[in-house]
Amino acid sequence: MPGATELNRVAPRRREGSPWVGLWAVVAKEMADHLTSVRMYILEALIVLTAVGTVYGAMQNLQESVGQDPFLLLRLFTVGRDPLPAFVGFLGFLVPLIAIALAFDSINGEFNRRTMSRVLAQPIYRDALLLGKFLGGLFTLALVLTAIWLLIIGLGLVGMGVPPSGEEVSRSLLFLIATIFYGGIWLAVGMVFSVVFRQPASAALAAIALWLFSIVFWGVLASLIARTVLPIEYGSAEEIIAQAELELALSRISPNTLYTEVMLALLQPTLRSVGLVLPIQLQGALLGSPLPVDQSLLIIWPQLTGLIAATIVLFAVAYVLFQRQEIRA
Amino acid sequence: MDELMIEAHGLTKRYGDFTAVDGLDLAVRRGEIYGLLGPNGSGKTTTILMLLGLTEPTAGSVRVVGFDPVRQPLSVKSRAGYMPDEVGFYDELTAAENLAYIARLNGIPQAEADRRIDAALARVGLSEVADKRVGTFSRGMRQRLGVADVLIKQPQLIIMDEPTQGLDPEGAREFLEIIRGLSHEGITILLSSHLLYQVQATCDRVGLFHRGRKVLEGSVSELARQVLGGAYRVSVQARGPAEAIETALRKVPGAVTVTRRGEDRFELQATDDLRAEAAEAVVKAGGRLLSLAVEVPSLDDIYTRYFQEVGHAGSN
Repeated sequence: MPGATELNRVAPRRREGSPWVGLWAVVAKEMADHLTSVRMYILEALIVLTAVGTVYGAMQNLQESVGQDPFLLLRLFTVGRDPLPAFVGFLGFLVPLIAIALAFDSINGEFNRRTMSRVLAQPIYRDALLLGKFLGGLFTLALVLTAIWLLIIGLGLVGMGVPPSGEEVSRSLLFLIATIFYGGIWLAVGMVFSVVFRQPASAALAAIALWLFSIVFWGVLASLIARTVLPIEYGSAEEIIAQAELELALSRISPNTLYTEVMLALLQPTLRSVGLVLPIQLQGALLGSPLPVDQSLLIIWPQLTGLIAATIVLFAVAYVLFQRQEIRA
Repeated sequence: MDELMIEAHGLTKRYGDFTAVDGLDLAVRRGEIYGLLGPNGSGKTTTILMLLGLTEPTAGSVRVVGFDPVRQPLSVKSRAGYMPDEVGFYDELTAAENLAYIARLNGIPQAEADRRIDAALARVGLSEVADKRVGTFSRGMRQRLGVADVLIKQPQLIIMDEPTQGLDPEGAREFLEIIRGLSHEGITILLSSHLLYQVQATCDRVGLFHRGRKVLEGSVSELARQVLGGAYRVSVQARGPAEAIETALRKVPGAVTVTRRGEDRFELQATDDLRAEAAEAVVKAGGRLLSLAVEVPSLDDIYTRYFQEVGHAGSN
């Protein structure tokens, strides 16, 4: 080896090799861990139960309208039956819950088990470990959600005997993708907290607190801020519109709002807008007639990109924090 | 044989105002077992992390297995194995599965990985529990699995941080046996410890760390000469005129100190094995020699003495 040693005397100025060496080994390990963990079994059971329960309820409600409704498949997701809300209503909080459960101990768990230094002593970069963990979680989430999606479509086929149209399939497929990215945001949130906190319990609690804040309190806060910043003094239409628009813009900071809007536009083809609509804008519109899927997609394009961008930004935050972290416990 | 596996010059690591490692020069030759010694917080672990590129040095240069761990960490980490302090495993996976993950991270093909895993587990005597979950393993078994884990990548250099800490004496002995075996196969080993007896029995050379600096280096007997002045301690038991015997012992060439240890016992610190000369001196002084023994000083003595001196120097 003396020859080889001599050759390497002059170190390159850049860091050698790809940052993604070993990425797929980490992804495979993470997915195997997730899919065999008790935590995941519980969540899977919960979501299957929800899906079967709500779809059964929806089918009972829809039985009368079979043949009249052109979007029967989509109704399976959106129609509820007392006392159960619709499946999409459940998804709004089940998906963040699963995502947080997958991620809250991803980094601090390695420190606590004292496996971090052993894994990082292998010829991989930290980049691969973090992205591998994120992708492992995202793929697991995608797998579970896709399975549920297929289950619901299957139940619909068997229960109602009406084959879905191409339009319905593409809409529900887009809905599935949006749901996966919505999960991605919470996965990244869980990951950020798992880097920040050494105790998994603190990380889980912080992530759940943030989630509760975004679904319960942020809406209230947004309207409060809007009313304080742009108070209605003269009661003019401009004032009212400006205040309402500010409130809407603020509420869209919460990923929950973005996801709800995406979901509504995709699953309700008749929806024309997710924002404020003035009567003048509706001139010439055939109200109640469905939009083609690409037009619906156009309406929620900003929301959809917002969901994906938020996922990337949060992952970047986790990445920067993790790169700066000292390895010694 | 003189190829350097680890070569560090002026290696320094600061955390804010605190200097964890201060201008360290280190050279470890191929095939050597080198011991990093020192109390907790003396910079041993930080040094090891810098050698592996897991922490960036503040200043200085370092080469491990011929590569720069800062710029070429993958080359270093694919050739050097690291066994951390209190090595951890995924408890819910089996021993073999834990090793398989490491093999995949090293990019070793499946068939080759299976072969290496079997060999490594056999090497540390864990073949029978290969398919047991690591959660059920004892501390000693985990530690041995740690060695198997390092062997998967067939390293040229193994770095171990406090490898025998928390092992029972039997476990530690077996463990050191494994380390010596690896050394015979030509693998260079760097280990850190504060358990001196074990280091003494295993290492070819040691470096003594104190507050981030390497204050002493050499083989155990060299260190003894440096710190204690005498590397050998000759115990003499003799009846007769005690004063005369003591004076005679002092006059033996090579004797550094003579201490009375009791009615008829004397202790002679010397730079060499002076048993014959001491016996002659006792007899000439009119004493009757009852027993004579020589004791090579332990690292414990060196360590204690060194830190006593440092303590005195500090308090003055």
